[in-house]
Amino acid sequence: MTGVIGTLVAAVIAYAVLVLAGYLAPDWLVLVATLAFTKGLVALGIVALMRGGLVSFGQGTFYCAGAYAAGLAMRSFGIGDAALLVALGAIAGLILGGIIAPLLAGYRGIFFATLTLALSMIVYGILNKTYSLGGSDGLNLHAPSFFGYRPAGSENAGYALFLFTGLIMVIAATLCRIHFNSVRGLLSHAARDNEIRVEYLGASVRWINSVNFIIAAVLGGVGGALSALSLGHIDPDFAFWTTSGEFVFLAILSGYVSVTAVFVAAILVELLRSYSSQYFPNTWQGVLGIFLLLIILFLPGGLGSLALRLRPKGPEPAPSPAENLK
Amino acid sequence: MSAKLAAAILIDGVIDASWLFIVAVGLTLVFGVLNILNFAHGSLFAVGAYAAASAVGWYYGGGFGPPFFGYLLMLGAALAVALILGPLIERGVLRFFYRRDEVVLVLVTYALFLILEDATKLIWGAESYYASEPYALLGNVSFFGLSYVGYDFALIGLAVVTGLLLWFGLNRTITGKIVLAVIHDRDISRAMGVNVNRVFAFAFTLGVFLAALGGAFTAPKISVQPGILLSFAVVVIGGLGSVEGAAIAALFVGFARAAAIHLVPWAELFIVYLVMALVLAFRPEGLFQRTSARKI
Repeated sequence: MTGVIGTLVAAVIAYAVLVLAGYLAPDWLVLVATLAFTKGLVALGIVALMRGGLVSFGQGTFYCAGAYAAGLAMRSFGIGDAALLVALGAIAGLILGGIIAPLLAGYRGIFFATLTLALSMIVYGILNKTYSLGGSDGLNLHAPSFFGYRPAGSENAGYALFLFTGLIMVIAATLCRIHFNSVRGLLSHAARDNEIRVEYLGASVRWINSVNFIIAAVLGGVGGALSALSLGHIDPDFAFWTTSGEFVFLAILSGYVSVTAVFVAAILVELLRSYSSQYFPNTWQGVLGIFLLLIILFLPGGLGSLALRLRPKGPEPAPSPAENLK
Repeated sequence: MSAKLAAAILIDGVIDASWLFIVAVGLTLVFGVLNILNFAHGSLFAVGAYAAASAVGWYYGGGFGPPFFGYLLMLGAALAVALILGPLIERGVLRFFYRRDEVVLVLVTYALFLILEDATKLIWGAESYYASEPYALLGNVSFFGLSYVGYDFALIGLAVVTGLLLWFGLNRTITGKIVLAVIHDRDISRAMGVNVNRVFAFAFTLGVFLAALGGAFTAPKISVQPGILLSFAVVVIGGLGSVEGAAIAALFVGFARAAAIHLVPWAELFIVYLVMALVLAFRPEGLFQRTSARKI
């Protein structure tokens, strides 16, 4: 159990650092970090899937569902509390993921990727034509309150949202880390390596993949709701395939070794985007593309594998249950 | 449903299917041979369209010769795009990734898509190009009291010719047989003395040519807004790597879209993906692909 306690301590320290860093950092950086964290949350979901060997090209579905759940709750029911809105986003992701997961559980590789992509494009198409939800223009949201506190001034609101997003992020990352290190979580690695072996050993690959898919869906919904709050605007592009592609980009960049790497990667990409869109407004996408190619070529395990390489060689960890299955 | 409406759906569907087929068959060929689902295919389509529009604009702007020569020029533009970009992308980028997982390869082509999008914007700028001369050249045709532009029917002809040539090339020539052998098993082909790298370069260039050809010949139709995803859906519905599948699926998708436009306009944007999801739900390998043995 020392692993869990260590993770919790690391999480508390990480959040304290975030609070301080956000206080010291300039406003624009706080905004960039907030956006990066929301996207990182969605990418974390893909990482959960990737550990089992699946890549979803349609996380936009859940991202969009979370955003619209928050947006509609704000518009129709006047709910303005960030925590409540994010919870609704998570529930939207959970319900949708729970419905879709069993349907997709039998698919692998490229078929899984294309099917998730098709689903997100269906959502995109429907939302574009649903005029009661704003059609292609989408909806505008106003600033949320935080547990009853309504920050005055945009500077305070930005910092408050950053703290809130950071909190959600740290909680999500901690839960994911604990799950990934658990026996159930480690089975994902085994399933990626050899499904049939895992089945013969008595575990259900269908179940493993479904659980991962639902985790990804919930994280997508949470990320979507938070994005909606930080952008103040939602539209069907949340479900467009290039949005989903961006999340896969983040997941590949970070790799599935480290949970922290996902958010480091998200901040890196978001900074790269804001710098290059300022200095090379017409070529920043191309810059991202080249960056992605280089990462895949030279760092196939993602940024997270870098941390593994740099880590000082300590005593060998005890073999985990999944290790013994190999 | 009146006969006129049915005819309209039928004809619109076939017209739509024609360019879809040209683009999709390139995509499916590349997947069959290289095992790459090429997300950049749509960008190559766009490059073909821009190249042809520029060439045609230059040609008609100068009034250099007989107007029908413009069609040859469009073909030439597509060929030029293929001969430059095909080897460049395959030899310069893709070959470094062949050993990777197919999902990683999808991401590589996604990166290429991002790069090509910006490269296209850099070269041709963001403003629109018009190349409407070839479109009006063939006059109008009328069917069941519905008026159609002759060019659209020429496009159907082009799709049929492309499909037949491709079928003939693959099934009745030595090169085609070698390509089929590589599709079947690249390792065994290599062991039998086939230069697999050359087949890869050739197949990819052919794929780029088909994308650019589709782009070049739809450039004059200003109304076409190609989503790469549409041809993507065609390929997935037809079965990855299947030429016949691409033809049937292109018709399928063409009719579905035409029917949606005429009968349920609000479903136009997603009907294709709905069809795709339904087909995948019942036949994960697509309509025309044999299920492969499960590897242990």
